Amino acid sequence: MTDDIAVLGAGMHPWGKWGRRFVEYGVTAARSALSDAQLGWNDVQLVVGADTVRGGYPGHVAGAAFAQALGWQGARVTSVYAACASGAQAINTARAQILAGMADVALVVGADAAPKGFFAPAGGDRPDDPDWLRFRVLGATNPVYFGLYARRRMALYGDTPDDFAQVKVKNAAAGRANPHARYRKAVTAEEVAASPVVADPLRLLDICATSDGAAALVLSSMSFARRHGVDPVRIRAVSTVTPRYPRTTLDLPDFATDSAAVVAPPAIGFRASIAAAAYAEAGTGPADLDLAEVYDLSTALELEWYEDVGLCPAGEGVKLLREGATALGGRIPVNPSGGLASFGEAVPAQAISQVCELTWQLRGQAGGRQVAGARCGLSVNQGLFGHGSAVIAVR
Amino acid sequence: MRTPVVAGWFNADDDPDGFRLLGTRCRMCGSVFFPRADAYCRNPSCAGSELDEVPLSRTGTVWSYTDGRYRPPAPYPGTPDAPWEPYTVVAVELAAERMVVLGQAAPGVTVADLAVGMAVEVVPGVLHQDAERTWTTWHWRPVGGPV
Repeated sequence: MTDDIAVLGAGMHPWGKWGRRFVEYGVTAARSALSDAQLGWNDVQLVVGADTVRGGYPGHVAGAAFAQALGWQGARVTSVYAACASGAQAINTARAQILAGMADVALVVGADAAPKGFFAPAGGDRPDDPDWLRFRVLGATNPVYFGLYARRRMALYGDTPDDFAQVKVKNAAAGRANPHARYRKAVTAEEVAASPVVADPLRLLDICATSDGAAALVLSSMSFARRHGVDPVRIRAVSTVTPRYPRTTLDLPDFATDSAAVVAPPAIGFRASIAAAAYAEAGTGPADLDLAEVYDLSTALELEWYEDVGLCPAGEGVKLLREGATALGGRIPVNPSGGLASFGEAVPAQAISQVCELTWQLRGQAGGRQVAGARCGLSVNQGLFGHGSAVIAVR
Repeated sequence: MRTPVVAGWFNADDDPDGFRLLGTRCRMCGSVFFPRADAYCRNPSCAGSELDEVPLSRTGTVWSYTDGRYRPPAPYPGTPDAPWEPYTVVAVELAAERMVVLGQAAPGVTVADLAVGMAVEVVPGVLHQDAERTWTTWHWRPVGGPV
């Protein structure tokens, strides 16, 4: 177990398609988080930027881009890239430097200006790059992988397209109450069923959009928080584990799983191991959670997360959904923020926005989407190339 | 000119019965890799750096399947103005290798023709034809299906 760190401030720029530079969104989120923390930019000793491939190199290394935009003041700087887990790795990098005594107050920022339509690999002729090759050889967009997982669940567990639609209905209902969400209206199962198929069996409204947006956190040591006179939300664990060989679940952007013919597969798969490492570090388990923010890149994938973070046994995600347990007002609300279904994905900001939601929920500041009496929350995500993250926050 | 879309991932397609995906096997631990690993073994308990080419099983069973109803972005080949023909993608479980390998389905095979657990075989296919080249690839199709 590690020591806690404090969340002093959380801030976001609303998700949407705004047509501006990612740095602008990041500055808005950073200033909002600093204001929430009742601190000034000059109090920050470390700035950590979560990179995006498009907003990142060349010319826009995130941490320095935000530091320059806020005004050079000499703070230490770090930038990290870990695909969809970039934001959580940025949080963890700040945490490590705070716990090591290198900085008392850190600002973590992630922002993106997303392209329209499918995410695409960088240009040129790059046959050594698996992300380039999957588009070249298979036309395997991200929704193609989501479609494969969804069909597999239907065959294995009897999930139906209507079950998947009910995840969207639930998340849209929660997102209505979130001023930072991009989509803020109720969606019916009929509307999901009437949207065009993108990757069978998934339809447009089963799949998360790509968005502009930004999220920021002001983090500090617990001793600084006490001197600052607050009883803060605390981050108790951050998991940043890699998979174990042989990896037997097909994942983006791979053409195949590892072979399990010589080495037996690990006891739990990668997605489950992400949350398990966070539980172990925090000394908690799924029974301690009051809410969870999970990475619903597709509706069907949200059900997979219920199982992988231990809310129910494998194959019983739909049962949990149908009982209403994961809706607002249920036993263990999942994605009270509205999730990716209501936000769309702004890659380097997304994992930070999950922790912003945990912070507001644990403070009791989540308004119409508040989970009553929330004391412990989990956020979890998975990105390309073997990245995943989970954060446990407590009050 | 016939050109494989990736060099070394499958053998020449002049003999359909002999067509195979090509992986590699570590000389030290015997682990098999596809796409091929030629410089190092990825078993964390093995320091092997010599791997031999090995053909993968010709047949397997469907692990899952889906399709692409919209044109993928570049570098997927094709002309953006042409009408879009959806393609089917199949994930196939190979019993001997204990691995799942992706591929497009043979032309004409739709999601309605597939089911999880169905037996499929690997066959030579064409990804794209332009003025200079025919880009060859591998396809999966139900065992005994039409060529």
